[in-house]
Amino acid sequence: MTMAPDRTKLLEVRNLRVEFPMRRGTLVAVDDVSFDIAPGEVLGVVGESGAGKSMTGAAIIGLLEPPGRIAGGEIRLDGRRIDGLPYEKMRRVRGREIGAIFQDPLTSLNPLYTVGRQLVETILTHLDMSEKAARERALQLLQDVGIPAAERRIDHYPHQFSGGMRQRVVIALALSANPRLIVADEPTTALDVSIQAQIITLIKRLCREHGTAVMLVTHDMGVIAETADRVAVMYAGRIAEIGPVRDVISRARHPYTEGLMGSIPKIGEAGGRLAQIDGAMPRLSAIPKGCAFNPRCAKAFERCRAERPEPLTVDATDVACWLYDPAPAVRR
Amino acid sequence: MIAFVIRRLLQAVLVMMAVGFVAFSLFAYVGDPVAIMLGQDFTAESRRLLVHELGLDQPFFVQYVHFLLNAAQGNFGISYRLARPVSELLLERLPATLELSLCAAALALAVGVPLGVYTGLNRESWLSRLLLTVSLVGVSLPTFLIGILLILVFSVVLGWLPSFGRGTTVALGWWTTGFLTESGLRALILPSVTLAMFQMTLIMRLVRSEMLEVLRTDYIKFARARGLSDRAINFGHALKNTLVPVITITGLQLGGIIAFAIVTETVFQWPGMGFLFIQSVSAADIPVMAAYLVLIAFFFVMINLVVDLLYYGVDPRLRIDRAAAAGHGH
Repeated sequence: MTMAPDRTKLLEVRNLRVEFPMRRGTLVAVDDVSFDIAPGEVLGVVGESGAGKSMTGAAIIGLLEPPGRIAGGEIRLDGRRIDGLPYEKMRRVRGREIGAIFQDPLTSLNPLYTVGRQLVETILTHLDMSEKAARERALQLLQDVGIPAAERRIDHYPHQFSGGMRQRVVIALALSANPRLIVADEPTTALDVSIQAQIITLIKRLCREHGTAVMLVTHDMGVIAETADRVAVMYAGRIAEIGPVRDVISRARHPYTEGLMGSIPKIGEAGGRLAQIDGAMPRLSAIPKGCAFNPRCAKAFERCRAERPEPLTVDATDVACWLYDPAPAVRR
Repeated sequence: MIAFVIRRLLQAVLVMMAVGFVAFSLFAYVGDPVAIMLGQDFTAESRRLLVHELGLDQPFFVQYVHFLLNAAQGNFGISYRLARPVSELLLERLPATLELSLCAAALALAVGVPLGVYTGLNRESWLSRLLLTVSLVGVSLPTFLIGILLILVFSVVLGWLPSFGRGTTVALGWWTTGFLTESGLRALILPSVTLAMFQMTLIMRLVRSEMLEVLRTDYIKFARARGLSDRAINFGHALKNTLVPVITITGLQLGGIIAFAIVTETVFQWPGMGFLFIQSVSAADIPVMAAYLVLIAFFFVMINLVVDLLYYGVDPRLRIDRAAAAGHGH
């Protein structure tokens, strides 16, 4: 598959809302989130912990932890709705069409089975082939993800691999049925810094080779800059800004994104303090009225405290901020 | 692996020597066997002779070593009460106790594990809640009470099953079995259920909590994300990961079942070692008590050893870490 610019949408998420019914009212973890991913595209999703990025990923693969549930909106894969699919049908989407990579490779693999067995098991679940062919495919996958001496390692148990190697095995598992989309939730966070770049490069290379799209959830702006085609910045359950990664990094429009960019140290620039955003992201149970970011925003004005901003298109970027409203109704 | 087995065997020998010491102390501190054996009329001379004959005039340590050497050869002396060799008495009753205990253990496992898996997977269903509530009763009711209630219902009121004894047994060499006759099997039901009840509920609750624990782990979530079927996840991935603690507890429980068969055997007049032990206690028949103590300790030690070896079968981390550690000379 080539990487020709493809306008068709592989994944469409429309007005997604994820709720957690709690004893004292309902928490809204993801609120009115919409975005698309094109075939072969890498969409980075950044935000602080609790911003709803992992929840969005979990909702897409249909594995929200109860009592969490999709309370509104739709998720389409190739035009077909996959939210609310019966469990058994969704199970066939998972692994087959949407692969997943989790944060902690040390705990993602079952300690009692060899990596080969876990690969073969996944392959046979989704693809119609003989046990022997599945094992050959498993071996090929291990070689693809760069496991040295794969013929020997295929019969080893997870605890015999290092963290970085285990994440490679996890990637092989995610790719084992050749899915069209991979949801990678913080795939490098638990790894040594020296290994992180290798894993990111690997994911990028494999997905380009297989034409697999990636939803890369992370809080690491550096990883996004390195890997993603487009980036969505999430704040308190909503998308603050989504656009091509170059634009968002060089010309951040949302004040929150600006703040995020300001907090990344730049090599070669004169020292001095890093900019930081004052305050903390609100708890889900206490999201302020209007724009959720307004109490921390230096540019906030009256409307921000009263009305929730809807996404506005500025060039190739959608930004949810009243600063960009062409009709400056109440703007001071 | 072999080094491990040897080390465990040496530990087992130490444990057995310690138990032997306790058992031997019974002779010195519980009652006066000489007085019991001599009866009412004796002279100082006949007493001195008997004491000498029994070796009781030897120093304590020598007596202990004698006891250990004899015990190691299966010679525990003569029963005061029945005037027959203790080893013979125990050997006669061993099959009854072992058959009862193994039946109870098999029952506890066969019922406890599936119920534990069910209640772990269907946490919210009414049947799970009911089972958990009932299991609390099973854990808290004393064994003898369960036995008596079962006798009341199934023997006295309904008259379906015998209330005591082993029924007709068949001798296979020195081993007498109740498995081959209908009355033997019928007689086995109530005592087995009674003895199994506590372990069954314990295993069920253990499997349930382990299942709940394992189902929360990342590798189960990841297995779901890989699209594996529920069956593969629940039984292939989750259940197997609960086995190490379940094997541990079940193993220890098997020892417990054999030892605590005393109560069940007494309630059902089951002609096993436990019943013999109770009778011996009331008659201060110390050789039998001491031998029983040693034998039960032996069962515990052997079962623990087997349990440790089973870990190797279940958990590859143990297998390979040891092998790797040995290979690299750490």
